[in-house]
Amino acid sequence: MIIAEQKKLNEIKGLIGDAENVLVVGCGTCVTVCFAGGAKEAAIVASSLRMSSKLEGNPKAVRDVTVQRQCEWEYLDQIEDQVKEADLILSLGCGIGVQAIAEHFPESWVVPGLNTSFLGIPEEQGVWTERCAACGNCILDLTGGICPIARCSKSLLNGPCGGSEQGHCEINPDVPCAWQLIYDRLNGMGKLHVLLEVQPPKDWSTSRDGGPRKIVRPDLRLLEEEG
Amino acid sequence: MTAEIHSNGYLAGSTLERVLRAGHFAVTGELGPPQSSDGQVIREKAALLRGYCDAVNITDNQTAIVRMSSIGAGTIVVQEGLEPVIQMTCRDRNRLAIQSDLMGAYAIGMRNLLCLTGDHQRFGNHPGAKNVFDIDSLQMVRMVSEMRDDCIFQCGDKFKGPEPRFFIGAAAAPFADPIDFRPYRLAKKVAAGANFIQTQLVYDIPAFKEYMAKVRDLGLHEKTFILAGVGPLKSPGMARYMKNNVPGILVPDEIIDRMTAAGGAWAGKSKDELTPEDKRARANAWKEAGIQICIDLVQEMREIEGVSGVHIMAIEWEEAVKPIVEGADLFPRPQIKQVEVTS
Repeated sequence: MIIAEQKKLNEIKGLIGDAENVLVVGCGTCVTVCFAGGAKEAAIVASSLRMSSKLEGNPKAVRDVTVQRQCEWEYLDQIEDQVKEADLILSLGCGIGVQAIAEHFPESWVVPGLNTSFLGIPEEQGVWTERCAACGNCILDLTGGICPIARCSKSLLNGPCGGSEQGHCEINPDVPCAWQLIYDRLNGMGKLHVLLEVQPPKDWSTSRDGGPRKIVRPDLRLLEEEG
Repeated sequence: MTAEIHSNGYLAGSTLERVLRAGHFAVTGELGPPQSSDGQVIREKAALLRGYCDAVNITDNQTAIVRMSSIGAGTIVVQEGLEPVIQMTCRDRNRLAIQSDLMGAYAIGMRNLLCLTGDHQRFGNHPGAKNVFDIDSLQMVRMVSEMRDDCIFQCGDKFKGPEPRFFIGAAAAPFADPIDFRPYRLAKKVAAGANFIQTQLVYDIPAFKEYMAKVRDLGLHEKTFILAGVGPLKSPGMARYMKNNVPGILVPDEIIDRMTAAGGAWAGKSKDELTPEDKRARANAWKEAGIQICIDLVQEMREIEGVSGVHIMAIEWEEAVKPIVEGADLFPRPQIKQVEVTS
């Protein structure tokens, strides 16, 4: 899922600036699960902004609402009236949510309340780590289900580099070396021969390097006019 | 060698290749470009190394600190009559930039290349930079081999004119983790086309002998030239730092003890108790011991089957190379006539 974390309140206050009538929009999907921008966080942020603006002698009207998914038009339609009443929307969705609001409500000004961090996993309570780089051409079959693109600091396809030490990456003792993980897993399963192949340069055109991406499924499209 | 030898008998015809193919024990050095545009620094360092190395590696933004480019500094090295080994990392350039820079380097007269992954930018002075890692070091080795042997770019297009013909090297870290995989990773580099290998600094000879036994079992020493990395220590502190802080470097206690013993006359005194003369004398005693240890390491490397030479890394201490090469009885270097390689 998409993992995000909230911006600091001071930064959010700066983004809101002079707006008097603010709508905080939470999202009920990924950022709810990672405790960054769900209904609870939206209510807390709204309340914090109300209190701090009051303390500063210029109380703002700050309301909050949370939709099931900010990245789908049908859910955004449900908050159209509230959005139009506000001078500013503070989105607690991921970067996709912010953009969906901007696109769906072209007359409204929207600012981000989160930093969208990565595609990852809640490793344990309160700890999230990255798993996928959305490169558009999955190679997890070659690496025992551990992604070197997302999890090796250098995205090596023929790792490990010389910076692997006692299971961690040279960049930080808290970062596991992806290639150590890959080696251990393939070795444990008797599949080390997979690692002896020299992997050719990756075609990055399916990743962000190929420009903004798009998938069209003709079988799923709704045609406006038949025949 | 795995790759096809060119009609004149050489892949690239560099001095380094010719020294190795003639069966001499090769010596390469290292020259770190300055953090400025000062070409004079390169000339001064080149003067210290000339005659004592068959070729010198010119580092490429080593430790991710911005320096004069390897090819820029290498051009001055060529002018100074020294043969460079251009280092090229995957961190700063994509496949377009690597191929284009290497064609330029070859046109200027460079003939040796060391393909490296590159230190992560987190360690350097631009930690906020975006890294590239479009290809990795193995893929670079294969790409450059194919440029030379098949006259094609990475995309498969044919060259429109002479191709760059490099003597292609790669690095090996014998003691980095996972240590059991290291000989196989070397095998992959050889399979990708590495003509020579320069290893990370080695201080632990017994451990290196074990590694080399595995390398020989895989027959790799017959397919590539292995140059063992050695380097003079400057102080016991530097030895301990390497042991504890640098991934993939083993420093046996015996070597740390030898370094410590060299400063024995000043042992037990705090910084404040030592006069500047004392400190200078101690530093010199340490350096002398560091050079002697390095000489001993080189001598031991010469006895290991499958080691074809040494790569002396005396970074910012190029003066140490002369006494090491002389002390290890590797001076004078073999005089090899330059050959022209034609396509």
